[in-house]
Amino acid sequence: MTELIRLTAAELSSRLQAGTVSAVEATQAHLDQIVAVDTDLHAFLHVAADAALATAARIDARRAAGEKLGPLAGVPIAIKDVLTTLDMPTTAGSKILEGWVPPYDATVVARLRAADLIPLGKTNMDEFAMGSSTEHSAYGVTRNPWDRDRIPGGSGGGSAAAVASFQAPLALGSDTGGSIRQPAAVTGSVGVKPTYGAVSRYGAIALASSLDQVGPVSRTVFDAALLHDVIGGHDPLDSTSLTDAWPSMAAAATAGLADGALKGVRVGVIKELSGSGFQAGVTQRFTETLALLTAAGAEITEVSAPNFEYAVAAYYLILPAEASSNLARFDSVRFGIRVDPAEGSLTSEHVMAATREAGFGPEVKRRIILGTYALSTGYYDAYYGSAQKVRTLIQRDFAAAFEKVDILVSPSAPTTAFKFGEKLEDPMAMYRSDITTIPANLAGVPGMSIPIGLAPEDGLPVGLQIMAPARADARLYTYGAAIEQLLEATWGHTMLDQAPALALATTAKGAI
Amino acid sequence: MAKPELMDYDKALELFEPVLGFEVHVELNTKTKMFCGCANEFGSGANTNTCPTCLGLPGGLPQVNHKAIESSIRLGLALGCEIAEHSRFARKNYFYPDTAKNFQTSQYDDPICHDGSLTIELESGRLVTVEIERAHMEDDAGKLTHMGGSTGRIQGADYSLVDYNRGGVPLVEIVTQMIEGAEHDAPEIGRTYVAGIREIAKALGVSNARMEEGNVRCDANVSLRPRGSKVLGTRTETKNVNSLRSVERAVRYEIQRQAAVLAAGGTITQETRHWHEDTGITSAGRPKSDADDYRYFPEPDLVPMAPSREWVEELRRTLPEPPAARRKRLQADWGFANLEFQDVVNSDLMDAVEATVAAGASAQSARKWWTGEVARLANAAGVAADSLVQPAQLAALIALVDAGTLTDRLARQVLEGVIAGEGTPAEVVASRGLAVVSDDGALIAAIDEALSKQPDVLAKIRDGKLQAAGAVIGAVMKAMRGQADAARVRELVLERAGTAESGTVE
Repeated sequence: MTELIRLTAAELSSRLQAGTVSAVEATQAHLDQIVAVDTDLHAFLHVAADAALATAARIDARRAAGEKLGPLAGVPIAIKDVLTTLDMPTTAGSKILEGWVPPYDATVVARLRAADLIPLGKTNMDEFAMGSSTEHSAYGVTRNPWDRDRIPGGSGGGSAAAVASFQAPLALGSDTGGSIRQPAAVTGSVGVKPTYGAVSRYGAIALASSLDQVGPVSRTVFDAALLHDVIGGHDPLDSTSLTDAWPSMAAAATAGLADGALKGVRVGVIKELSGSGFQAGVTQRFTETLALLTAAGAEITEVSAPNFEYAVAAYYLILPAEASSNLARFDSVRFGIRVDPAEGSLTSEHVMAATREAGFGPEVKRRIILGTYALSTGYYDAYYGSAQKVRTLIQRDFAAAFEKVDILVSPSAPTTAFKFGEKLEDPMAMYRSDITTIPANLAGVPGMSIPIGLAPEDGLPVGLQIMAPARADARLYTYGAAIEQLLEATWGHTMLDQAPALALATTAKGAI
Repeated sequence: MAKPELMDYDKALELFEPVLGFEVHVELNTKTKMFCGCANEFGSGANTNTCPTCLGLPGGLPQVNHKAIESSIRLGLALGCEIAEHSRFARKNYFYPDTAKNFQTSQYDDPICHDGSLTIELESGRLVTVEIERAHMEDDAGKLTHMGGSTGRIQGADYSLVDYNRGGVPLVEIVTQMIEGAEHDAPEIGRTYVAGIREIAKALGVSNARMEEGNVRCDANVSLRPRGSKVLGTRTETKNVNSLRSVERAVRYEIQRQAAVLAAGGTITQETRHWHEDTGITSAGRPKSDADDYRYFPEPDLVPMAPSREWVEELRRTLPEPPAARRKRLQADWGFANLEFQDVVNSDLMDAVEATVAAGASAQSARKWWTGEVARLANAAGVAADSLVQPAQLAALIALVDAGTLTDRLARQVLEGVIAGEGTPAEVVASRGLAVVSDDGALIAAIDEALSKQPDVLAKIRDGKLQAAGAVIGAVMKAMRGQADAARVRELVLERAGTAESGTVE
């Protein structure tokens, strides 16, 4: 069974199609791993074991009956709790939604089901995706499989940890300022934020509508591509969804494995996303990777994106502004918890206030207050208006850079996984964890994080961020797969082969 | 609440100049809601026309109803508006339980239509051009029903029920510029302007335009400025005035109330006011300042709109004749006196009369039947006259009268049969056996019999006392059970009296 959980989604898929493994066996193996390690890691908020096994049995029966199934049919998957699911509670990591079971599936979830993937459960996250450590979940922290004293990144720490600890070969995440890529980087997994509008947001509980994007989390670039192909494409229910005809991302990833795939590729290193503020081991692995790319025939040039300097500031105006409005609906009237005020009359206003006071955590309240202020009459132009201008400037920086290079690269995060509590009292320090990832969200361009080794000083994973022009998601998969292959050839093994033994259940209880 | 003091209307106008402004909400009659696929219909079971989007559930997203955009543009064009080349939605943020998302998806900086006008004609013949600042799209709120308490208002209620069926229904809000120079006509301008908007929306077919169902709702802004002053007074906004008569009454009331307050040295509070249909007064709502902060910002879940000029021109070509022009044309075509025409307009029967005339009836007959017998029956049944009978049926009925097949009295019976669903007028005539007896043979037989029974009358007729014929005519009409044309009977009586031998009629 251990072997089954270590397979990539693609490998597992081959065995399922060959009939050497059943979907029930594959599902059971992952459920066993969840039982073995998740009491300690806490990647999942909800595990739907019975439903997953029942789904697996149905898929096995259909396969046995000769039905032609999709490439990922029978492969288990974990779903970030920000996505609505008909048969599982959906909380977005917040107390205010405790126990809420939505009456509908998010479009991406519906597409997973239609492609016969097997939902294992819902993964932990910072409340309403606000955070970079998953410490802001109302339901407790998720531990990093590489070091249980450290954060798994955020907001999608649960999905990244689940994949990195072999509890699921695939997971769905959502990325507003790095919530897929930064957790991938600090857990040694792969995460992709597609082009804004490439994947439907319908049923993704909104944090910041103009920045949010759903994307795949996996252990290999090719697996991410397979999942991207399932969830991507136009959705009439999301008005910002692009109507493009997309190429196969899996085919794009396969193209990257060809000899000489990196030859002549113009790679831009963003001057503003390197140097001071970056952990030494992160910079070291990044530089080594650039050297490998050069050796493989890529042309490395430095490009400047002068307005990236203002990205974090602009982001922390736009995001709270949109979030303050998006989170207004959590008012106890139609769904979620209701808290009556301790004193005073039971007017709707008082009940709404008491519910929001009790239901939202401190980070959520901080951002609602920030956003409400930023949108106020008299401040709108100075804050929200200016931030939107910065956004335009950042888009221009990207456009100028992509005239010179095919892809842009940077470390995925300034540091490796930090310790619990390290940045909890200093929101600004926490916000800076996303300095590398935020520009892609502001500009709507796609970004990917792949593992590029361990930082020598702490033995923790370092990620490489690759960015491409909007709509050129396929480029990420091609060059991501090429670089992944190059690194693994250099190491002689995969990244996660270096991970510490993950049979933590027996040793960990109460240890921390 | 103490009834506030009112100043005499004429006195108020002597001291102050009223300044008006109107916000009229027109509910569009699209099949589905503004931002989701739920049915836009009145009268369904509570919360049955709902989905994650219009219920404001987490993860719900809006999709724009293109038919609603089309209707909004047509309405804007009919009001002479410019159609914006770039328009977008904005969120208007405020917490209220009838607003599922706790923001209204509306428009702020970039409304779809702007800078139009509507010229209205008052009863005096005075023409007033009301400038329209903008017409923008937005979604409607749900409906709250306050339970417990005696008034049905939120004050004193034990709890409230909310029905989100109306939540997300498309609205166009039409906002006027300030209306100055209204003077004594201010209340009538209010009524006539709202009537004009309603008439246009109805003519375009973009709204059911029934004020009693809330399809057209008016907020009336009124302020007074002392004669000779250039400074505008503080305004009040009387919300949700939902009948034409109420608009007129509410404007008049506010002028009289504000004048009394100002004349007594008081100040007007900038606030919304509630209109009370029963007592005909307004009462204070919530304070409203220009600094009300709805934290508007562009709706990030929707992409901006750029209606192409070709499309706008295509829609312009679909506009019907402006209602005011149509009224002028029809009155001239029909040759109606002002009062006759006003009767038709006020009874909302212009379309019906037009269709009846088109089906071949004379304008006067059509008017007489619609505003007479049909209106009477409709009134008794408590329904709209034009819902009782089809114009073509009425035209057929009128044709039967004109042909002499029916008398007016018989025609009324036939109409009842048609309304009762017994068929076309011809079918009712046949099945009820109501046709005028036009067979002279049958009439002559009846006349001869009557004359033979009343030899004294026959003698009088022969003596030239023609008025004596009435007794014979009466007897014949009775024998014919009323189904004879009395004029023809009279002719025949005189003819037979001239030829018949006394006592030897055969």
